[in-house]
Amino acid sequence: MADGTDLRPFNVLGKPLRRVDAFGKVTGDTRFADDFAMPGMLHMKLLRSTVPHARIVSIDATKALAMEGVRAVLTGKDFPVPFGILPVSQDEHALCLDKVRFVGDPVVAVVATEELIAEEATRLVEVRYEPLTTIASPEEALRVPEPRIHEYGDTGNIHKAVALDFGDVPAALASAHLVTEDYFFYQGNTHLALEQHAALAYLGTDGRMTIVTSTQTPHYVHRAVAKVLGIPASRVRIIAPPQGGGFGGKTDPFNHEIVAAKAAAITGRPVKIALTREEVFYCHRGRHPVLMRMRTGVDREGRILGHSVETLLDGGAYGSYGVASTFYTGALETVTYRIDRYRFRGCRTFTNKPPCGPKRGHGTPQPRFGLEVHIDKICEKLGRDPAQWRIDNAVAQGSLTANWLKVRTIGLVPCLEAVVRASGWKDRFRKLGRGRGLGIAASSYLCGAGLPIYWNDMPHSGVQLLLDRSGSVTAFCGAAEVGQGSDNVLAVLVAEVLGIDVPDVKVVTGDTALGPVDLGSYSSRVTVMMGNAAVEAAQRARERLEEACGLGIPVERVAFGGGRVFDASDPSNGISFAEAVQRAESKFGTIGTVGSYRPPKAPGSYKGAGVGPSPSYSYTAAVVEVAVDEATGIVRVEKVWIAHDIGRALNPVLVRGQVEGSVYMALGEALMEEQAFRRLPPRLSGALVHQTPSMLEYKSLASLDMPAVETILIENPEPNGPFGAKEVGQGPLLPVPPAVANAVYDAVRVRVDEVPITPEKVLAALRSSAKRYGPSKFPVVPWPDPLIVAPPWEGGDGSASNEPKRRERPVRRAEVVKP
Amino acid sequence: MMRLPRFRYLAPTKLSEAAAILADLGTQASVLAGGTDLFPNMKRRQQTPATVLGLRRIASLRERSGDPRSGMTLGALTRLSEIEHDSAIAAAFPALQHAAASVATPPLRNMGTLGGNLCLDTRCSYYDQGPEWRAAIGYCMKKDGEVCWVAPGSPRCWAVTSTDTAPVLCALGAEVTLVSAAGERRIPVTDLFADDGIHHLTRKPDEILSAVHVPAPSGRSTYVKLRRRESFDFPVLGIAASARLRDDGAVEDVRIFVGGTGSRPLEAREAAQWLAGRKLADEDVLREAAELVAHVARPLQNTDFSMSWRKQAAREFALRALRNLLA
Repeated sequence: MADGTDLRPFNVLGKPLRRVDAFGKVTGDTRFADDFAMPGMLHMKLLRSTVPHARIVSIDATKALAMEGVRAVLTGKDFPVPFGILPVSQDEHALCLDKVRFVGDPVVAVVATEELIAEEATRLVEVRYEPLTTIASPEEALRVPEPRIHEYGDTGNIHKAVALDFGDVPAALASAHLVTEDYFFYQGNTHLALEQHAALAYLGTDGRMTIVTSTQTPHYVHRAVAKVLGIPASRVRIIAPPQGGGFGGKTDPFNHEIVAAKAAAITGRPVKIALTREEVFYCHRGRHPVLMRMRTGVDREGRILGHSVETLLDGGAYGSYGVASTFYTGALETVTYRIDRYRFRGCRTFTNKPPCGPKRGHGTPQPRFGLEVHIDKICEKLGRDPAQWRIDNAVAQGSLTANWLKVRTIGLVPCLEAVVRASGWKDRFRKLGRGRGLGIAASSYLCGAGLPIYWNDMPHSGVQLLLDRSGSVTAFCGAAEVGQGSDNVLAVLVAEVLGIDVPDVKVVTGDTALGPVDLGSYSSRVTVMMGNAAVEAAQRARERLEEACGLGIPVERVAFGGGRVFDASDPSNGISFAEAVQRAESKFGTIGTVGSYRPPKAPGSYKGAGVGPSPSYSYTAAVVEVAVDEATGIVRVEKVWIAHDIGRALNPVLVRGQVEGSVYMALGEALMEEQAFRRLPPRLSGALVHQTPSMLEYKSLASLDMPAVETILIENPEPNGPFGAKEVGQGPLLPVPPAVANAVYDAVRVRVDEVPITPEKVLAALRSSAKRYGPSKFPVVPWPDPLIVAPPWEGGDGSASNEPKRRERPVRRAEVVKP
Repeated sequence: MMRLPRFRYLAPTKLSEAAAILADLGTQASVLAGGTDLFPNMKRRQQTPATVLGLRRIASLRERSGDPRSGMTLGALTRLSEIEHDSAIAAAFPALQHAAASVATPPLRNMGTLGGNLCLDTRCSYYDQGPEWRAAIGYCMKKDGEVCWVAPGSPRCWAVTSTDTAPVLCALGAEVTLVSAAGERRIPVTDLFADDGIHHLTRKPDEILSAVHVPAPSGRSTYVKLRRRESFDFPVLGIAASARLRDDGAVEDVRIFVGGTGSRPLEAREAAQWLAGRKLADEDVLREAAELVAHVARPLQNTDFSMSWRKQAAREFALRALRNLLA
């Protein structure tokens, strides 16, 4: 019944109910990580590198240690064990061991009785550096293999280079009616969550190291802390309180969390660290800057015969999620429009800048921007309406794509039709007159990554329920509420299955000691994975109650609703939910149930096939209207129409909130946000610094800059989602930047093939002879030999023909449906 | 979080007392009005005064006298939001109302004062940074270093005047009173500023800016502000103009000041001379004048937006400001 096919009216699902944590948020009752304090607590500050790339020659903390109030000074020597989010990139030390790799890399920690004392003491620590060559860009990283920023990685300063061929793309291009080549650049940007990271660590009297910290992934922090500190994981507890936004910026284990824990162990006192906004810019893990080259061949009808994507990622100083990010710049190119053959090359380089990682859309907004603008140009050459082209070429429901992704329900066409209708596209596109324009784009995103970050066969999410004889139900889950509403999803799903009011479900989340593992709030996985686990646990509880309710009817007739358990054929025959629990408890003893979820196995088995599979994919389409001032190049977004394929909206208010938030974030990326760096004249200085590490000067939209947004929800229940639900946290960001670029073209007939689309670039394009602004070359990358994977319709079995079989699992031919 | 450095806080209730304290401490003390500029700077250790002299308890600094229509005096502690929401000011001096309303955000305008906005520290992307960031570039001339990174060969600092109200008050011919233990002096607002990023005020260390005197309006006034967003941001260009037109539409007298580019509000004298006697309705006249205004705006690479674009945008925004005088 929870697969979305249930047509009965719901108790609480789909209703715009107030979210369970709303009062706490608006009254200030919610405690964020920085709100936690303990008696005897010490404060910690980190001294960060002031040079971009250097060997640490010496650290002298004598003066700092002598300062009154200073309790401890820690350095890299205290943290010999490396860590990192991916098993293949264990390249971080909680404090730099022998080298610093960017301005902002933490070198020394000072712990003191007051935060101000700790801060002042850091300035008394003398660190001597021996400078190394600074590598500021991917192009430089390719050109300068030595010195290596890291001693691991593919070669020189290339962290990872991948090459995948799904069919013979050059042959497809040779036979094409039209081949189009484009270069794009997507600038890096950061999450800018309002809540700055904070952590409080203490060694409890129970012998447990507990860390209260702003994290989207308490489970991964748990593992990293145990590893680096060398204490059994059973003695580590991570508490992730509700967060003021994460967006991917709190999905890595962070150095400051680990250092605080070590400092608490050394001093025997609770240790707190609250990062400044500038430090959050140094934690980063934000959107990778990506340079792209795309080449696509279409036939006379516009069908894509071959599509080639090359990406060059500026990874910054550490691995983070970078290997996954690199694959993600190629993985989801195939899930929106039919592509017969596909060729992908991706390369991530190390540079001396804060590490990039996952930000809302993780690795996919960049190639999505390229693809959607590229298609706009192809449609123009073909004389095709770009909205209609997208509708005509949409991937069919149940397809297996060229790169072996199984896409089940697809709401792409209804999304496109909805925004076309709402925006008056057919009467207004190319007809608004000079200075005003409409642009369209569509996209797709994962509903949870198909694989966990470290290889294992265990559930991705677990939910435990405790049914109390009062009629209250407590739901325990390791999921992290980062503001997206996951606590609400959990409560609503349990309430729906058990037919009780949402406030009768108490949720206990984000605590590794109190709930089953949930892998974390990333990859848009929580509603789907925690949701399926919650439904399973609630179903099992329901079965117990059905069996014990004593209504004297067959279990199939037992219904749950309105806080009662009753006979579906005779609702007057029933008892309260609390009574039912009491009867079940009398019969079976204490009532507790569990549920868990693991995504389906992916059809592809080639190396790299682990990035991209998902239980389901959400779809989004957007039309953006802009006004462009030709005298200055200033672009004003007037309106955004956006339709999102949500499968089923568990709470439409929360869904709309996520859509609007995504539009807001996307417009920031499209128009102004830049994680930009300043390199001072080398003859005068070796500095390479973040240009604007502040809320004021790192420009993102303020409320007055936000246009009207019309949100349309497309409900097309997905069997793999709880009650048919799909993700909404990330997908709606994706179509907006390319739709802005396409709208600018409609308005003033210039192409800005990169974001942010600033007034400078629009004006430069208007005054250029090519009527374009953007990159025009792609450096030579030493690509590895490609893995050869035949698309499903060319006789493939999901493996690469030129690598050893990674797993024996012949594909079931029935799964092969060509898009 | 960012912590303020340690300092002594004094908050006298009388202006004379405050002046006496300043006479004693001079550069060792910083004067505090709304705190929206001083405190962030102190958190970033750009200023680390031993003593902060709070003016908030001095009631006389909040007083207002006169009438916008016939000339008014505003106490230095008049909040920017008071000016923003005053309909009489909006009617007589739309440029001043608009400038005050365009500063930062509503909560900051509730704290920020007119006197504080006039005395706003000059800004620069190499200077408005935390201490570690500034250490990473080897500091700059304005604080702890020797070089001006905006123009490394230059003997002076090029930090930018970023006050919205100053160019407007210059254009309106306003004056300020400066009080010290030795007495008080009244000077035109234009004379309050010096063309240097470090020594950008002619206010002496022992002086307190106590009041702003705005003469009766003599014509139309306007203020056009260029910035990335509709709120929050400091100006990267602010053009203030005040003009008296004859019945036939010809310009009798015009004063144009440009903020947000140099270290002080700069007067566009050539543009004013060109416009004298000419008609604003003549688009060719306006274009030439806008060109002359843009000439004054010499942006450098130390604020938001690229230097060359700001130069190009200056012409367009000057044109808009001058057109506003017609409306």
